[in-house]
This record gives sequence, structure tokens and C-alpha cells, in this order.
Amino acid sequence: MTLKKTPLNAAHRAMGAKMVDFGGWDMPVNYGSQIDEHHQVRSDCGMFDVSHMRMVDARGEGVRAYLCYLLANNADKITIPGKALYSAMLRPDGHVIDDLIIYFMTEQWFRIVVNAGTADKDIAWMKQQAATHAPQLTITSRDDLAMVAIQGPNARAKVWQVLPQTKAATENLVNFQAADCGEYFVARTGYTGEDGFEVMLPKEKVEKFWYDLNKVGVKPIGLGARDTLRLEAGMNLYGQDMDESVGPLESGLGWTVDLTSSRDFIGKAALLANPPRKKLVGLVLLDRGVLRGHQKVHTAHGEGEITSGSFSPTLEKSIALARVPNGVQVGDTVQVAIRDKMLAAQVVKYPFARNGKEQI
Amino acid sequence: MSNPSNLKYTATHEWVKTEADGTITIGITQHAQELLGDMVYVEAPEAGRKLKAKEECAVVESVKAAADVYAPVSGEVIAANGELDGAPEKINSDPYGAWIFKMKPDNAADVAALLDAAAYQAVVDSEAH
Repeated sequence: MTLKKTPLNAAHRAMGAKMVDFGGWDMPVNYGSQIDEHHQVRSDCGMFDVSHMRMVDARGEGVRAYLCYLLANNADKITIPGKALYSAMLRPDGHVIDDLIIYFMTEQWFRIVVNAGTADKDIAWMKQQAATHAPQLTITSRDDLAMVAIQGPNARAKVWQVLPQTKAATENLVNFQAADCGEYFVARTGYTGEDGFEVMLPKEKVEKFWYDLNKVGVKPIGLGARDTLRLEAGMNLYGQDMDESVGPLESGLGWTVDLTSSRDFIGKAALLANPPRKKLVGLVLLDRGVLRGHQKVHTAHGEGEITSGSFSPTLEKSIALARVPNGVQVGDTVQVAIRDKMLAAQVVKYPFARNGKEQI
Repeated sequence: MSNPSNLKYTATHEWVKTEADGTITIGITQHAQELLGDMVYVEAPEAGRKLKAKEECAVVESVKAAADVYAPVSGEVIAANGELDGAPEKINSDPYGAWIFKMKPDNAADVAALLDAAAYQAVVDSEAH
């Protein structure tokens, strides 16, 4: 199978990236030390090629009502233009098709950003639901766009150095808000637990943008550090922390699911009928070793499983997200089966680190 | 970095150095550390443990992944490098200096039969395709 390439493929190679097959995409996992790249983002800023993610535009009269039915979070919460909302998209049985971000631009236009690996099934599902419930809408995959995430305490200033024409429209954006600046769609969102922007722009402009950022000192960061940054920030990764075998309430996404309003949405009835028996918690390893996905977690209330685990460069300890029985509480000590040993880990409330600092 | 010609190698990316007293020192190659990336944990075998050739006996873990280290030949573990406990990143910065464990091989001939630097390089090159 030929790997798919983003428009920055040649730039990654020129910058010395180690390239890997990431869900069928030829992507940079690191450009040197993954730990250095992680600290670079927490302490200064770095840039990520996230052009493999898919941008989708939903346009037409009634797009808000459509999204209110399609998504578990309530699109009615975002009323200020540019405001973003994180949500799960559920199957009728309440399991997670994908997690995504929607941006409210106008009452006729919402932009949606979905995961790379699930994009085709997501769009098929969105179109199928639109055909039934809102046939007037157009759902368009924006394959003409690329996306770069610039993250870290100095990220916004660096973007303004390179794109001064966007500063006026973006300097007053609050967290989780975007501005449409013509060719550049600039969102104050990210996947690192740091301040910064995600910039969506025409594919043919992205290579110059990337090199211009590099010229003002923004270092490229690979998907390896992206994963440790998001894990420290306590952000779920689709395919690891949740997928079509589980619901959002067992995946730490209860805060994104609105079950209180009268609004109906796909999956709501199933969620109400099946209260969760497990929950997602944070773990910090007390013994030496490294927590990894799929390791079994033994607790006083039954068995659980790690969904994402790694080494935290900020804490200098191994951390994980784990799905465990509801009875497990923060502060409990649990045992994790690592190869032929049982190692002790403490249950913690996550995030583990954000905004340059440890949160545990 | 080229593979030192005074060492022997395995197809599973261990390097083996024969000491003057006939014992051997084992680590992982430059190629292996580069594939794994930043090391964060090393679990070495305990002294006294008897190993068979190709037996899993140590684990090196990077931020990205865990990898097994195999006994290059049959023999007995005589030492583990405790320095790596607090500084696993030495494997990245100095892969041919940061040894993981030492063994007394059952047969010196087994060591002589391991890959030389050129044969190991051929293994690395073949994996790249």
C-alpha cells in the first residue's frame, strides 16, 4: 500500500524527520529527540503538521439543528461566532464513531475537524444523517486544505510574526475560538494542553508557512511528542482511549455529553438505558517501568485496562489513562501487570500537566 | 555512526564485546537505539541467571516502545549495568559505551560465530527495504 503524504512531506524529510506509517500516512514521528521536542512545546513553542486530519464544512439552513441531533455535545452551547465545541459523535447504540471539534462560523456554516483514520466513515455517516434529517445541507470534505498546529506559550506571537495580517482578527480570540481570515482559518485550539493556534490554509501555501515559521524560530515537532503532550494534558486519543466498542461515559467524556436538556441526539437513548460501569482514570506508576496500552489493571473492584500509557517527560514518571470499574477512587493504589511483574500505580485525577506545569 | 569492527553483532541488534578474560559485554546497537528513540527505562537480567542463546533477558523501553534484548549466546549473567537505572539515555548518546549486561559464555566458539560488523550492516540495510 502506498502511504498517503501531506503537502509537507518533503519539508519533513529536509528537516531530518524520522518518518513512520501512521494509519496509512507517511508522517514524522520525531526530528531528533522526542523528549526535547516535548519540552520545547511546554516551554516555548513548536509546530506540528496535522494536515492528515480532515476538515469538513457543513453548510446550509438548519446546520445548527442538524449538529444538535448528530452530536452528543450540544451545539446550542456555541453562540459567539468562531466558538468551538469538542464532541463525540455516537452510533445509535451509544458507542463512539469519532471525537471531533466543530466551529460555529455562521448559522449557515459550521466547520468540523475530524480524525484522519476515521474521516471517510465520519463523512459517510454525516452525509447519511443529513440525507435523512437535513437534505438541504451540503457536507464538503475540504481536501484542498492543510493544517499546522503551533503550540506553546510563545506560539501565538510567532504566528503573528509570520502572518501579521491575521493579528487584528485573532488577538482577541478566547480559548476554543477561531477566526476566518480569508485564506487562513486561525483557531485557538490544540492537542497539547498549551496555548496556541491551529491554522488551516490552502495546501499550496502550507510549505512556505512552515518554513516561515521555522525561520522565526519555531521548531518542528513529531507525532511522538504530540502523543506524550496530549496524554499529559489528559486528552483522549480515538482508537486507543475510545472507539466503536465503548461509549463516551466510560471514556472520560461525560463532560462533553449533554444528557440533561430535552434535546434528542443519536445515541442518547442508549446512554440513558445503559449507565456506565467503568470509567477512565489517570494512573501514575509508583514502581520503575513504563505503562503501555492494553496492560491489565488489577483493582479491589475488579479488572481494568490501560488505554494509553507512556513516559511523561514533565513528571519524569510513567503515566497512563486506564478504564477501570466505577468503584475505583482517586488515591487508590492498583496493580498493573507488566510482562511477568505486578507493579504499583496510583489512581490520580488527570490532566497530568498543562501550561508548562505539572498538575498532579 | 558505523558499527565498530572490534565487536560482534546479532541479527536482533545486540552488540557483543569479548573481554580479555573471555567474558562478554552486551549492549544494543546504534541502529537499535535510533529506531527506538529516547530511552526511559532499562530492565537488565540479574547476575547468576543462566541464559540460552536467543532467550529474552532484558527490556529496553523508549518513550515510544518496549523492546526485548536477547542473549547473544548461552551462558551465565555475571553483571548488570546499574548506571543505566538513573540514566537510560546513555544508550542514546553512547550506544557502544552503555553496556546493559555481561555474561560468561558457555562456549567461546558461539561468540566467534556471531555476525561481524559488515554482516550486521547487511542485516540493517535489508531491513530498510
